[in-house]
Formats: sequence, structure tokens, C-alpha cells
Amino acid sequence: MRVAVVVFPGSNCELDAVHALSLLGAEPELVFHRETDLSGADGIVLPGGFAHGDYLRTGAIARFSPVMAEVERHAANGTPVLGICNGFQILTEAGLLPGALVANRDLRFICRPVHVRVESTDSVLTRNAEVGSVLRIPLNSYEGNYVVDTPGLDELEASGGVVLRYSDRHGAVGPETNPNGSTRSIAGITNTSGNVAGLMPHPERAIEEILGSTDGRVLLESFVASTERAPT
Amino acid sequence: MSEAAHRLLGMTDDEYQSVVAILDRIPATAELAMYSVMWSEHCSYKSSRAWLGRFRHDQPWVVLGPGENAGVVDLGDGWLAALRIESHNHPSFVEPYQGAATGVGGILRDIFTMGARPVAVWDPLRFGPLTEPHNRYLLAGVVSGIAGYGNAVGVPTLGGEVEFADRFSGNPLVNVMALGLLKREQLVTKAAADPGNVAILLGSSTGRDGIGGASILASASFDEDSGVKRPSVQVGDPFEEKKLIEACLELYDRGLVAAIQDLGAAGISCATSESAAAGGMGMDVDLDAVHLREGDMTAGEILMSESQERMLAIVEPEKVDAVLAVADKWEIGAAKIGVITDSDLLRVFQGGEEVATIPAASLSDDAPIYERPSRRPEDLDERWADAPVLPESVDVPAVLLQLLDDPALGDRTWISEQYDHMLFLQTVVEPGHDGSLLRVRGTDKGLAVSTDGDSLRCFLDPRRAAARIVYEAALNVAVTGAAPYAAVDNLNFGNPEKPAVMWQFIETVEGMAEACERLDVPVVGGNVSFYNETDGVDIYPAPVIGMLGFADPLPHRPPRLDRAEDGMEIWLVGHEPGSDFAASALARVILDHFGGRPDAADPETAAAAVANAVRLASTVPVLHDVSAGGLAVALAEICIQSGVGATLEDMDWRLLFDEAPSRFVAVVPTGTDLAIDGLPARRIGAMGGTRMDFGVHGSVDLRQAADVWRNALPRRMNA
Repeated sequence: MRVAVVVFPGSNCELDAVHALSLLGAEPELVFHRETDLSGADGIVLPGGFAHGDYLRTGAIARFSPVMAEVERHAANGTPVLGICNGFQILTEAGLLPGALVANRDLRFICRPVHVRVESTDSVLTRNAEVGSVLRIPLNSYEGNYVVDTPGLDELEASGGVVLRYSDRHGAVGPETNPNGSTRSIAGITNTSGNVAGLMPHPERAIEEILGSTDGRVLLESFVASTERAPT
Repeated sequence: MSEAAHRLLGMTDDEYQSVVAILDRIPATAELAMYSVMWSEHCSYKSSRAWLGRFRHDQPWVVLGPGENAGVVDLGDGWLAALRIESHNHPSFVEPYQGAATGVGGILRDIFTMGARPVAVWDPLRFGPLTEPHNRYLLAGVVSGIAGYGNAVGVPTLGGEVEFADRFSGNPLVNVMALGLLKREQLVTKAAADPGNVAILLGSSTGRDGIGGASILASASFDEDSGVKRPSVQVGDPFEEKKLIEACLELYDRGLVAAIQDLGAAGISCATSESAAAGGMGMDVDLDAVHLREGDMTAGEILMSESQERMLAIVEPEKVDAVLAVADKWEIGAAKIGVITDSDLLRVFQGGEEVATIPAASLSDDAPIYERPSRRPEDLDERWADAPVLPESVDVPAVLLQLLDDPALGDRTWISEQYDHMLFLQTVVEPGHDGSLLRVRGTDKGLAVSTDGDSLRCFLDPRRAAARIVYEAALNVAVTGAAPYAAVDNLNFGNPEKPAVMWQFIETVEGMAEACERLDVPVVGGNVSFYNETDGVDIYPAPVIGMLGFADPLPHRPPRLDRAEDGMEIWLVGHEPGSDFAASALARVILDHFGGRPDAADPETAAAAVANAVRLASTVPVLHDVSAGGLAVALAEICIQSGVGATLEDMDWRLLFDEAPSRFVAVVPTGTDLAIDGLPARRIGAMGGTRMDFGVHGSVDLRQAADVWRNALPRRMNA
């Protein structure tokens, strides 16, 4: 399954994404942001980093990169599209996912493993997971605080668009288990079709025992499995 | 040109006369600017160079020793590691965020200049006590500067260390160590071979920022007017640097550059002259071709500017177009500013006029070397006689809690979680352990790093303390399973024109060199930072060692502080201490005492401790160096991280807090044969329960200990 991993100037998790996807049996391929043809890609990953330096706002310039027209076309056609961290921020800026990511509640960068609870399996990110299961995955961001307006939030909740919420290790969700002030502890969401998903934690950092956790596997395996039946 | 001009640039009258002698004429303005900055303490090491030859680096696995941008060692199978340490002390005091940020940026360029991808950074820091708001401001600013730059540039920060002491209030220290990985065929050096090759300036445009950073800021002491030096601090842009890294790595991959040199201190002056001199060549430089931020910059300003994120690539003429295309792809600036000549002269042109003509090698090779007078401090014997007086007994639980609450002993997560320490999927042992361990992806090899310093002990006995920090750093990497393999040193001192400071420096070099020799660890690079002095007060001597450990293969499950389990046995490995409390945490925190003479580390014992730890690391779940705070604090860290209590046998309370070197704790399943070679080892207790139980001395609730330890930094920083 060919997965295009998009490299913007300032991306920095692209090689990690390639490593993880290869390990899980996909055929990842780095694609530079000036690329205007992604035909042949069975899936697209926007990796973490600081695309275009995060200048103006995270993702604000990246959404205008030439490759994004192709990402939007594929998203509309049902191709699985995953944004991790900065990739999630770009997807919200591009309007492919609702809401936005703003600065963490404590105005400090956070790099540490957090627990997230799976809320829905109707997405390319969670289809192989179990609702209610708790995963331990590293978070690594300064702007990880998810916000969305009230109608958007209602719609997101009603449509099952919230796929991951920050929790404690037993799955309890509350202000004390919310690392960054995210609205309703939202850590990951999907669009109404379930083919476009974004999350702030880094599942690719939790796929090998030697790195401390393999809980990210089920998410990336879901994504890779989704690319197997994608329309061409 | 009047002679007073050289003094404004930080040059002495004698140094000025040397320039006149070299050129056989009065120097032009731009020429004087170049000499002033290249002969500054920061660039020329004029006060330290005479002593640095003491460090050995002739081991067969050393590929490049001191003198290049980074030291390089061989890891086998075609893999090399590049390492380097630097200081950004003065800029960080004047402007903590940018000072620390550009320190990271600068050292990364030193690494990728060698052809290596920078893979990790460590930050040893020193501040004044956190009771002062300004010190909290500096710590917060420095940490967010490191995070802001390091995270965005995409190089993980895997640790460092921090100390607090009064003498750093007026002069904090911000050191940074970086590690890079490369395959042997990717190695690039700065030597510009072949006349006709083109010098291409890559990266940011050149502005007036950082002019005199090396000479005016880094090579002089502070006083109450230091705020006016703020314009000498450079401003960093991690996005430019990230693009520059990727562009340069692509240039190396495609074999497009013959040589490359980063622009750091002294900017274009340094890069062009060093590159030409290293190749035994000359260079003609056209300043009109330099892309500038401001149009009206003088030749001297352009030559001295320390604008960040710039590299000078030396390119064969037929490859110039390909290099410019790579620069265009990564959206970085690129300008052909020079041509290599076979004249050995650096000739600089602006507006069609020749503004400087100097022998390229003279900027570095003819820099002055000073053997400054050194003298043992007059009050040293008094200091040594003033040993801490220990009470007959103490309240052990209360003392332990007080130590765990000390910001230098408490949990550092408040700092390390602001750094991306997981990028590249290589971090096996993360910050918060004795050493951090990373895997070399695509191989079974592992690299561990520990940075260590101990300025208070160094003040009492620099030679002994310097040796001890080497041994401690070696043990810190050893407990992760990596054998000490190479080191870099950062020598932070006060004003070298004071004989007592030079004495500290020379003693330190001797102590470090001896210890490295005993462990057969080459010192492949280093940095000297003098003039850490404010209003006449020198910092405590603060040498820092950056130790690289190497494991091949790396342990399948390396020891960690959080792997102790209920029922496991606790062993203490190493000689019984005598009474080593001078500059100990107990003396500082509990007795409020600073004096005495620290014990010397026994080299044979130190080497044995390292060898045993490396061997044990492949099977033992927990290995932990006993250092600041002694056995009690070491054990508390294991208990807290593992979430399990412990019961210790009855022992003299002093043994719980003694800081005698070369000892470590091993926590193992019952019945394990440690087979320790050449050192005493004894079982001192067992893991279990929810308290740390010290027998006759009482016990501490583990949750309370954990709470105190975890909040030591946050409760102060969030105040």
C-alpha cells in the first residue's frame, strides 16, 4: 500500500513516520510539498514538525503549499488521510477537519507520554481499536490545545467525530488528566466520512518495545489497513 | 587609523603591534576588525591553548580530534559519531531566550558541517539560587530558548544537568553538547582545496546582529552596564537552520561540496580565513555579493557579523549550478562570494576596492598565546581545614525530604518535558536517568551520553573534583550499558588575568586529563569560556565533561530507575566511604556549610566500577550511580520512579548521605549472583512496601517523598 508522507520545509517527523509505516507493512514514500500529483497514493500522512516554521500560525502557510490541492482532492475521494501533530494542525487550517489547535494551557511545550481513551472506531485511525481501550502515547507539542466553536463541537460529538480523548491510565477523563487544556479533552478527531483523521499525540513514537510503548501500533495499523481498500 | 580604535575592539596595544608587524603596515579598518575578533579569547583560546595539549586523543578509534568543528570517532561498520560542546554563557545572561537558542543553533552547525546529521543535544546549565526572581526568569528563559529552537529545528534534547549556586547569579552558564551520526564516506572537512573553486555563502542574509559577539561579549567580564551589550546577542531562526540542515545533507549526499565551514563567532572573517588556511590556499572575497539585511553595512560589519544560520560551501565550478538548485529547493539564500586562489592571501573587496589583504593563516596561526601567571589561592589551606562537622545523629527522614526538595536534587521533569526528547525514534533511555541512551537506527549499536560538572567541589579542589566528574560521567554512561568511548570538555572559568583563576584552570585540566587517560577515553574536542566574572566576582570553576559511551550491541533491556519490583534485593557496589562530605548535598542543604577538602577518587576503583557496571547492564534491571545526596537520595530516586518502597539494613546514618565516588546501587531479583570483580559489594536491603524504611533511623512515606521530589522545581518556578 503506497502511503505518501508529505515533507514541508520544517517537517521533522517524516523519517519517523516512514520507519513506522514500513514496520507495519506499508510502502511509504516521501513527497515534497511542491508535488502536485499524488495519484497512485493509497493513503497520505502529514507528519509532525514545524511546517514553514509555524510562522503566522501553525499550519497557516502549509495549507497553501502546492501539494495541498492534491491532499484535498484525495480526501474528497475517500483516500485515508492522517495528520499527526503538526499534520493535524495543517488539516484544520486546510478545513479538512473542524476546529483549531492553540497554545497549551500552561504556555509550555509538553513532551511526555500521555494516556488516551478510544472513543469511536469509525475512522481510519481507530477502526482496529476497541472503544474504551486506553493507549499510552507520547505527546509533543506547544499548540496542542484543541478548540472549536459550540455548534462545531455539538456536531463533532453527535457524529462520533471525537476518536481519542486524554484520560488517566484507567480511562477516566477529567481536568486533571487533560495535559494541555484541550476542549473536552479531545486528542484526536475524524471527519464525517471517517477517512480524514488528526491527532496530537505521536503514535509512531509508540510502536516498538525498546522505545517504551507499542500502544501506537493499533492506530497506525488501522490506518495501513484502511489504505488497502482505498479507491484509486 | 588611530591606535585607540583597536582598544574599542577589545585588542591590547601589544596585539595591535603584532598585527602591524605581520602586515608590515598600519592595518585598514576592515583588517583590524578581522584580527580583533579572530584574536579574541573566544576564538583564539589565547589564554588556554598552552595547556590544552595535555588532553590525549591518539586512540585508534579517533577519526578527528580537536581543531575541526567537531571531534569524530569510529563506531565500526562504516558508522562515525561527531560530538562537540560549546558555551553560550554571556549572551544567555544578557538575553536568556535568544542566547540559549542560538547556542543550540551554533553547535548544530558544527555537527552538520562535518557531514553528520545532528541527532541529539544536551544542556548543562548553572544558575544562581531560585529564591531570586531574576534567576527564575533566567532559568525559564533559557529552557524555553533551548526548547523553542531545538524542538523546531528538529533535533531532540536528551538531557543535561543543572546546578544552583550564588556565584552564578551574576553569570549563569549555558553549555550545550551535540551529537551527530554519519557514514564514513559522508565526512566533510573545512579545508578548501584547489584554486578556482567557488565559495558559496548559504543560508540567512547578513545583518548587524551579533557584531562583536565573540570579542566584545564573550571575551570580557560583566558589569552593571551589561544591558547595553544586548545588540551583540545574535537572534536565532530555527526554521532557517532546519532548511539549512536538510539542504546541506542533500549537498553531501550528492557529492556537491568539496569542503564546508559554518559561520559562527567572527562570521565571514573566520569562515573564509579558516577554510582557505586549512587548505593551504588563499581566497578572494567579494562583499558586494553577500546577501544583506541592511544595504549600508561597512566591510568591517559584514566581516564581523554573527548573523545566524549561515554556511560557507566550497564548490567545484562545474557543480555550482547544482548547489544553487538545491538551495532554491530548500528556499535558502545562496550567493557566490569568493574564489579559492593559490596565493595564501585572503583578499576582500567591496565596491571594487580592496578593503583587506592579509595572510589567511595569520588570523588563526599567529594569534597570541599567553602563559598567564597562576597562583594557588592563599586561603586554600584554610578552606581545606574548614571541614563540615557532622552531628552525632540526625532525623534521617526529615533530612531526606529536605534533600529531595532541593532544586538541584529534585525531579528535573519540569525542564526535560519542555524538550522534544523522542524525535527520530532512537531514545531508549530518556532524560531523568544517569545517562541517556540512544540506539543507532539500522544497527545494534547504542550511544549513551552524560554531561557532568560539580562547581562547588571544584572550588574546593579543582584537580580532584575535575577527575571525579570524569569518573562520574563514565559511570553514568556505564550504568546504561555503554562503555566510555570519547569525551568533550567545556571549561567555564572566571577572569584568566587573575592568577588564582589560572590556577583553577590548570589544576582542572590536569585532573580531567589524568582521569580520561586512566579510562583510556580520548578528549576529542572542547571549549574554554573565560571572563565569567561580574563586578569583579568570578564564578566557581565550572568544568563540564560530556562523556560519550558506546555499546555494541546495546543491551536488549537496559537498566532503568523504574524497573525495581517488590521483593528484589538492593546491593551497594563499591568501597565503604571514609567521610566525604566536603561540598556534599548534606553540607550545603542541611548544615549550610561550604568547606573542607573532597576526597580524591581512586583511579583503579573508578575503572573497576565502570567495568562492572557495563557488564551488569546487560542483565540487571536497575543500576544507579551514587552521587549528590548519597545512597539515600539514589535509593529514593529508584523507589519513587518504580513506585515501590524499600527496607534498608541498619547502618550508620552517615553512610546514607556520604558522597564518596565510584559507587553504585544494583537492584536485582533475589538470588542473583552479581559476580562483581575487584570491588566490594554487599546486600543492603530489599524492595517492597510503601515506605522507605531506614530501620533504627525511621521511615518515610513513599508518596510524600515522591510529592516533595516532583515539586522541587515546579513549586519554585510556578511561584
